[in-house]
Amino acid sequence: MTRGFEGADVKAGRLTSEQVAANFGDLHPPLDGHEAAVAADRCYFCHDAPCVTACPTGIDIPMFIRQIAAGNPDGAGKTIFDQNILGGMCARVCPTETLCEEACVREAAEGKPVEIGRLQRFATDHLMAESVHPYTPAAETGRRIAVVGAGPAGLACAHRLALHGHAVTLFDAKPKAGGLNEYGIAAYKTPGGFAQAEVDFVLDIGNIDVETGRMLGRDLSLDDLKRDYDAVFLSIGLAGVNALQSPGEDLVGVGDAVDFIADLRGAADPSALPVGRRVVVIGGGMTAIDAAVQSKLLGAEDVTIVYRRGQESMNASRFEQDLAQTRGVRIKHWARPVRVVADEDRRGVEFEYTRAGAGGLEGTGETFFVPADVVLKAIGQTLEAPDGPAVERGRIVVDAEYRTSVDGVWAGGDCVAAGEDLTVTAVAQGRDAAESIHRALTA
Amino acid sequence: MADLRSDFVGIKSPNPFWLASAPPTDKEYNVVRAFQAGWGGVVWKTLGLDPHVVNVNGPRYGAIWGADRRLLGLNNIELITDRPLQTNLDEIKSVKRAWPDRAVVVSLMVPCEEVCWTEILKQVEDTGADGVELNFGCPHGMSERGMGSAVGQVPEYIEMVTRWCKQNTRMPVIVKLTPNITDVRYPARAAKAGGADAVSLINTVSSITSVDLDLMAPEPTIDGKGSHGGYCGPAVKPIALNMVAEIARDPETAGLPISGIGGVTTWRDAAEFMALGAGNVQVCTAAMTYGFRIVTEMIDGLSRWMDGKGYENTAAFTGLATPNVTDWQYLNLNYVAKARIDQDLCIKCGRCHIACEDTSHQAITAMKDGVRHFEVIDAECVACNLCVNVCPVDGCITMEKLPAGTVDPRTGRTIPAEYGNWTQHPNNPSAVAAE
Ligand SMILES: Cc1cc2nc3c(=O)[nH]c(=O)nc-3n(C[C@H](O)[C@H](O)[C@H](O)COP(=O)(O)OP(=O)(O)OC[C@H]3O[C@@H](n4cnc5c(N)ncnc54)[C@H](O)[C@@H]3O)c2cc1C
Ligand SMILES: Cc1cc2nc3c(=O)[nH]c(=O)nc-3n(C[C@H](O)[C@H](O)[C@H](O)COP(=O)(O)O)c2cc1C
Ligand code: SF4
Ligand code: SF4
Ligand code: SF4
Repeated sequence: MTRGFEGADVKAGRLTSEQVAANFGDLHPPLDGHEAAVAADRCYFCHDAPCVTACPTGIDIPMFIRQIAAGNPDGAGKTIFDQNILGGMCARVCPTETLCEEACVREAAEGKPVEIGRLQRFATDHLMAESVHPYTPAAETGRRIAVVGAGPAGLACAHRLALHGHAVTLFDAKPKAGGLNEYGIAAYKTPGGFAQAEVDFVLDIGNIDVETGRMLGRDLSLDDLKRDYDAVFLSIGLAGVNALQSPGEDLVGVGDAVDFIADLRGAADPSALPVGRRVVVIGGGMTAIDAAVQSKLLGAEDVTIVYRRGQESMNASRFEQDLAQTRGVRIKHWARPVRVVADEDRRGVEFEYTRAGAGGLEGTGETFFVPADVVLKAIGQTLEAPDGPAVERGRIVVDAEYRTSVDGVWAGGDCVAAGEDLTVTAVAQGRDAAESIHRALTA
Repeated sequence: MADLRSDFVGIKSPNPFWLASAPPTDKEYNVVRAFQAGWGGVVWKTLGLDPHVVNVNGPRYGAIWGADRRLLGLNNIELITDRPLQTNLDEIKSVKRAWPDRAVVVSLMVPCEEVCWTEILKQVEDTGADGVELNFGCPHGMSERGMGSAVGQVPEYIEMVTRWCKQNTRMPVIVKLTPNITDVRYPARAAKAGGADAVSLINTVSSITSVDLDLMAPEPTIDGKGSHGGYCGPAVKPIALNMVAEIARDPETAGLPISGIGGVTTWRDAAEFMALGAGNVQVCTAAMTYGFRIVTEMIDGLSRWMDGKGYENTAAFTGLATPNVTDWQYLNLNYVAKARIDQDLCIKCGRCHIACEDTSHQAITAMKDGVRHFEVIDAECVACNLCVNVCPVDGCITMEKLPAGTVDPRTGRTIPAEYGNWTQHPNNPSAVAAE
């Protein structure tokens, strides 16, 4: 739980629960049938469509949009799920502005792409509302596979393996499956308990046993898994967080943005969460933006993101940055924290201006102070690597088929060094690893 | 400012935009609103003998839509007026008195007996109306009773009824033709032979717009059943334009005034009908879709276009396109063009490629030097224009004429400077050598 410095202004209930509920409503509200028809009509059904190339899971976008236009939303949903079983979550959380919608020819033509994300949501919502799961598993193969980590990568892998008739055990250290879909993604992107509904949808295929509260390294070992299963897939994400390495980091009042977000996602009534009056978030990625925006939506008065490089280097997309700024978050570039201060009369962070020097980022020596009641670090998560597979630059090493250095062990998602750290990338890797495992087991 | 005043077979109106005989002209209330909005004239909703017909009490319309539910085609199973004859006559008289400068033409449909026509013509004359239109076009309901298109499909009947009317009234007689025939020139010739002052066309096209797949019945569905209706709106404009041109360029009917009807929605549609030989136009679906105010755009658009072109009045451009409508066999086969893609405008959607690749002549690349690139291969392009039509960017693909004397890379032939058509072509067994 977020706590401020001694004497700092941190409290719950800055806004009423109604205000908070309104603030955390859908960022991109669902399209109704007519809106979907109008949006679908804008698609040109491109040949070898650039949007498909830009989608990490390669969804046949022109086809599913045409199915919507032809009044076949369930068929459209199936087209999406064929490539991406978490197409529902991706429709909500993908930074489409840097993926499919950026590549859409209508973006090039008129700066207004086809609304692929919202159409995807329309189709997936429609099919998920049906009572029957759209897939039937192949005949049982008798093979057993352990999937460790029930985030997007693990869920996608488990589903594809189950589809091929394999028996999957899905382990996760946390009490609930879903990974960052459940604990990380901004609340306003996936309101209404969608993450768990989607987990249930994925598991509905059968052949998947879920064991939550089971942590690799604590309750399980890779050797045991290798012994008991025909194959292992590691999808453990990045469970650790980076340190600031500035004095004062350990002070009460300095916390991890991911924890703050996890608390928020877990809260029955977010308005009951304590929030600082003045919040400083350090970092430049999606996590920094989400922590800052959600602090603001909970009623914080002044929220500042401080990032050590320029705007173009921020990992958060332009859309996300604009979102933060329109929600009243201030973004300050080219500064790094020197010291967290918690004196009687002064609480906050002292920053030093930075610039791109010949040998990389360097401080200019000039400093400034940003007052804060709460400081949130969002400077990246780290891998907590299991013993065994080779690790390079903080990520598990894999080949093109997501095989690790250990025989019979595959890995994918944020824990490997391939592609961006996005939900959709994790899904693609989990799915492709499953295909590789399937080939290996049936060869 | 161009002069939009219209004189159609002696019937004067401030502009050439009339409302066609249909719901918009069903009664005084509508017609007065139309005149207030600026319409030049109306053809009153078709009158019949008492006892008046009745309409269905369920849905009468079906439709076809384009993007954003834009109505493209409308289908109806409405009959002629369902009000007593005298009510209509009284209202026509009152409207004409109040709006002397507007055209008021009365549409008629009575059984095929001379006395029926003489009777009603007298009654219409008493109203002070400017003319009559004989409805030989309605394809549903009335045709089953031996009227409407049942008459319009038999040239002899058209001629006979037209002659009765001409002999029994001093009013101009316009004959409204049905498109539900094989060759529209025959009914037009019959109308002319009967003495018609003009023809108007087209009435609606027999149609079923869609089928309700739950009820397994055509739409609109009434208690589980449907009936074919009449199709109109933007979707029928190409059919109507062709029929107008056929009559305008037929030596037997050339010069017979035509009132152009079918899908007129904007000033441009009207100008196109008139360029092909229509003296004025009539509008129904566009008004039923958007209301009467659209005439403001029609008047303004037509007069600006005429000003831009220097046409002082509508007669100045009427029929100018008629001589350029010819038969296929006279088209110049020595006119060789190639598609050209403007790379700055191209948004790389690939539609031209896949259309040409899958269904035409494999004449557009998808890739060049490993990058996505769409370019016409002159050695394959037959200039069919398909790519131009499927490209979503206006003006991105154009057709460029190859100059005479150059070699067409597709055929290896040097392009002759002179005109050469099929009648002279060596592949034509009945070719005649060009002089
Ligand atoms: C705050 C935040 C916001 C984000 N917003 C977006 C967004 O808007 N859009 C987007 O596309 N991406 C977003 N991302 C990134 C996205 O969430 C991740 O890329 C994606 O979740 C990675 O999936 P994964 O399956 O690899 O890992 P995770 O989702 O991290 O799942 C890993 C799972 O493994 C479990 N686990 C970890 N270690 C062990 C162990 N030792 N034993 C057993 N289980 C273990 C964890 O409990 C967890 O359930 C965001 C990330 C963060 C942190
Ligand atoms: C509901 C409806 C009723 C019609 N009734 C008549 C009619 O009584 N008499 C007639 O001559 N034409 C009738 N028509 C045909 C129209 O006058 C006109 O010829 C046809 O709709 C084509 O023009 P448009 O494309 O502008 O609609 C009717 C059309 C519609 C839509
Ligand atoms: S690029 Fe845009 S227009 Fe083309 S298929 Fe994809 S969504 Fe449709
Ligand atoms: S004009 Fe026809 S043949 Fe030529 S490139 Fe276009 S589609 Fe192909
Ligand atoms: S259809 Fe038009 S825009 Fe699309 S690739 Fe071809 S030329 Fe370019």
